[in-house]
Amino acid sequence: MNSLVVKLLVQRISLGLLLIFLVSILIFVGTQILPGDVAQSILGQTATPESLANLREELGLNVPAYQRYFSWLGGVLQGDLGTSLTNGRDIATSIGERLGNTLFLAAWAAVISVPLAITLGLISVLYRGRWPDKLISAVTLSAISIPEFMMSYILMYFVAVKLGWAPSVAMLNSSMGFWDKLHAITLPVAVLVFVVLAHMMRMTRAALLNVMQSAYIETAELKGIPRLQVIWRHAFPNSIAPIVNVVMLNLAYLVVGVVVVEVVFVYPGMGQYLVDHVAKRDVPVVQACGLIFAAVYILLNMFADIVSILANPRLRHPK
Amino acid sequence: MGNLLEINNLKIEATSYPPGEPPKRITIVDGVSLALEKGKVLGLIGESGAGKSTIGLSAMSYGRGGIELTEGEIILSGRDIRNAKSGVLRKLRGAEVTYVAQSAAAAFNPAKRLMEQVIEATLYHGKASKAEAEARAVDLFRKLGLPEPETFGNRYPHQVSGGQLQRAMTAMALCPQPDLVIFDEPTTALDVTTQLGVLAAIKAAISDQGVAALYITHDLAVVAQIADDIMVLRHGKTVEYGTTEQIITAPREEYTAALVSVTAKDHTEKVSDDKPVLEVSNLHARYTGMDREVLSDINIAIQPGTTLAVVGESGSGKSTLARVITGLLPQIKGRVTFEDRELSRDLKGRSRNDLRELQMIYQMADVAMNPRQTVGTIIGRPLQFYFGMKGKELRNRVVELLDEIELGAGFIDRYPAELSGGQKQRVCIARALAAKPKLIICDEVTSALDPLVADGILRLLKDLQDREHVSYMFITHDIATVRAIADSIAVMHLGKLVRYGPKSKVLAPPFDDYTDKLLKSVPEMRLDWMEEVQRTL
Repeated sequence: MNSLVVKLLVQRISLGLLLIFLVSILIFVGTQILPGDVAQSILGQTATPESLANLREELGLNVPAYQRYFSWLGGVLQGDLGTSLTNGRDIATSIGERLGNTLFLAAWAAVISVPLAITLGLISVLYRGRWPDKLISAVTLSAISIPEFMMSYILMYFVAVKLGWAPSVAMLNSSMGFWDKLHAITLPVAVLVFVVLAHMMRMTRAALLNVMQSAYIETAELKGIPRLQVIWRHAFPNSIAPIVNVVMLNLAYLVVGVVVVEVVFVYPGMGQYLVDHVAKRDVPVVQACGLIFAAVYILLNMFADIVSILANPRLRHPK
Repeated sequence: MGNLLEINNLKIEATSYPPGEPPKRITIVDGVSLALEKGKVLGLIGESGAGKSTIGLSAMSYGRGGIELTEGEIILSGRDIRNAKSGVLRKLRGAEVTYVAQSAAAAFNPAKRLMEQVIEATLYHGKASKAEAEARAVDLFRKLGLPEPETFGNRYPHQVSGGQLQRAMTAMALCPQPDLVIFDEPTTALDVTTQLGVLAAIKAAISDQGVAALYITHDLAVVAQIADDIMVLRHGKTVEYGTTEQIITAPREEYTAALVSVTAKDHTEKVSDDKPVLEVSNLHARYTGMDREVLSDINIAIQPGTTLAVVGESGSGKSTLARVITGLLPQIKGRVTFEDRELSRDLKGRSRNDLRELQMIYQMADVAMNPRQTVGTIIGRPLQFYFGMKGKELRNRVVELLDEIELGAGFIDRYPAELSGGQKQRVCIARALAAKPKLIICDEVTSALDPLVADGILRLLKDLQDREHVSYMFITHDIATVRAIADSIAVMHLGKLVRYGPKSKVLAPPFDDYTDKLLKSVPEMRLDWMEEVQRTL
C-alpha cells in the first residue's frame, strides 16, 4: 500500500461520508416542505384547534426546523431514529428486524445473480455472435423487460400453485429455521435474480469485449492459450472496474428497489414498511428509511470505487 | 536438410464491408512463396498495406479480423498448417513459433507482472518447470541487457520504458525456445538511439539460440543489419526476393531501388538575415504536479520562409515546446515573440489573428480530424472562422487548396476514413494552410508514414514554402527528415538545448556526445553499419 493509493482512498471515503451528510439534509428538508400537516392528518376530521395545538407541541413541531434537524441528526448518530408518529413504537427496533429481512433477501439474490451474471458474460464473449451468446442475451433481456409484478405472478402461478415447489407468499417469523426461511424466499429471490441479471451480464460482456480488442489479448492467443483461459486470465482482470460498478448499482437496487416484490410476496421487509408509513404521513419513519436507503447506495458505490482504485496496477505500483 | 518454413503460392483474402455498398472480397496477399532454413533470418519489407504482417502471422496460421488463408501451402517442420484444426495450432503457437509485436507497450497485459507473462507460454506448453522457466527468463533478461535481470520480472509493464518492454517481449518470444520467431516491426516505435540497442540485443539473442526468424519492417536500413535474405513486398505481391547483399547493393526492381535511395535526399540550406518571425527567449516550462522542468532555458528563432528542425528522443521536450509556443501550456518564465509582439502566455489572451498566424499539424492525422466531417468541411472550417467565407467563395477556395496539396476537387466530399495515411496528412496540411499562417508547427508529421509517402509529404511542404513563404518548426526524431528539410537545427535532450544553429554547423564535427550518439544511431543503408557503430559508441 503506497501513499498515493491511501490518499485516493481517504479522499473517496471522505467524499462518501460528506455525501451521506448532504443527503440527510436533503431528506430532512424534503420531508419538511411536503404540503399538509402531520397533526392534522393524525387527528383527521375530528380535530379541534386546541387538540391540534397540543399535538403539535407534543411532537415538537413548533421548534425551528434547523433545531429539529440537529436533534434528529444527533439521535441518528447515536442509533436513535425516533419514534413512529402513528403507532408510537421505536423506529430503530422496527427497522432493525425489517432491514435484516431485506438484507437476507438481497444477499441471497446477490449470491446467485452476481456469479451467474459474470459466468454468462464470459460464455457470451467466448461464443460471441453464435447461438449461446444470442440465447443468453435473448433470455436475460426478456427477463428484464417483464415487469417485476408480472414475473412474480407468473412464477407464483406455475411454481407455487401448479407445481407446489415453493410457497406463494414469503412470510417469515422468528420461529423458522434457516432452511425454512430460505425455502420461503425462493420465489422473491428468483424474481430479483431475473431483474438484475441482464444488466450485470450485459456489462460484463461489453467490458470484456472492449478489452478483447487489445493487443495483449492477441499476444495471449498467439501463445496458444485456449480462449476461455485468455478471457478469464487476461481480459477479466482488466475489466473489473466497470463490472464492479454495475454489480454495486444492482446490489443497491436489490436493497432499495424491492418494494414491488416485497408487496407482491407480502414479505416483511423495509420496502413494505416504507410504503405503509408514507401512506400515513409518518415523517420520522420516512426520514429514517430514506436515510438508510441513501446510505446503502452511497456505501456500495463507494465500495465499487475503492475496488476500482485497488484493481489498477498503475496506482498500486507506481513507477 | 529441409526448410523449417516453406510457404508456397499463398493467397490471403478478406471480406470488407464498405458503408452503403455490398460486401466485397479483397485480396491481401497474392501468390507469395518463400523458404526459411533453420537458424536463418528472412526480412519482409514493404510499405503499410503490403501484407507483410499478414504473411508473418500466416506462419502461425493466424489471421487478424476476418482474414482467411484461402490458397497455397504453409509448411512448418514438414506439415501443412494452413487448414490445421485449432487444437493443433494451439500446440504450435507459443511453442514452435512465437511472435514479437510492434507495440510492446500494448502487447503486455497491464494487470500482470512481466515475469508471469514472459514464462506463460513456456509453462502452458509444459516445456519447463516454473523454476526452470524463470531461470531461463532471467538469463534472457541479462542477455538482452535489461537492468537488474534478477528482479526485472517483478515489475509491471507500466513501470519500465518502451525500449525495455520491447526487449522483454523478445525474451517472452525466446523463452519457450521456439524454432521460429516472428518479429513484427519490433523497433519501429522506438527512438533511434533505443532502436540501436534493441536491434543489437535481438540480433545477439537470435544467433545465440540459433532460432530462425521472420523480421518484418518498413525500414530497409534496419533489416539489412539483421537479415540473411530479404523479400520486398508491395500490394500483397512479391516485388523482389534475394540475399540481403544483392537487394542492398544491386536491386533489380525499380521499386526496390527507390526504397534503397529514399533516405539519401538532401536539402540546400537557406540563409536569411530577415527579422525572425518567431523568437523564443529564456523559456522555462513545467507541468503541474511535476518538480522537474520539462523545458529549461530555451532560446531559438525562426526566420521567415525557413525551417527550423527540432530534434531529440521522446521525453526531450520537443512537443512541450510546441505546446508552449501555441499557448496550450503557459510557460513559467521567458518570452515568446511573434513578429513584433509578445504572445500571451495563455491561449485565452491571444487574439484571433495570433491564432491564425500560427498553425499546427500533428503526427496522427487520423485522430486530428473529425471522422464525421467531409474533407470539404474540415478544410473549410478555418476559412469560415478566420475569413468569414461562405457559399461559392468558400467552395472555390477549398478546391484551390485541394489542388495545392495535389489531391484535387474530387476529394471534397470524402470522409477521412476513405483516405490513405498520406492523403489524410495532406488534408491536415491544407487545413493549416487555409488560415494563411506565417508559421506552421509540424509535430512528427511524417513519423507514422511509409518512407516513400513521407518523402512525398516533405516535398509538398518544401514546395508550399517556396510558394507561400511560410516558416516551419519541424519537430522530429528522424535525422534523415532533418537533412531533407531543415535550414537550421535545434537538438534537444532532457529539456535542454544541447546544440543549435544553421544545419551546416550543427551537422558538422566536432560534435558534443549526445549529438554524436544521435547521428551515429541512424541506420545506414549498408550491411556492416551496426557492427561498426557498436565498436565506436
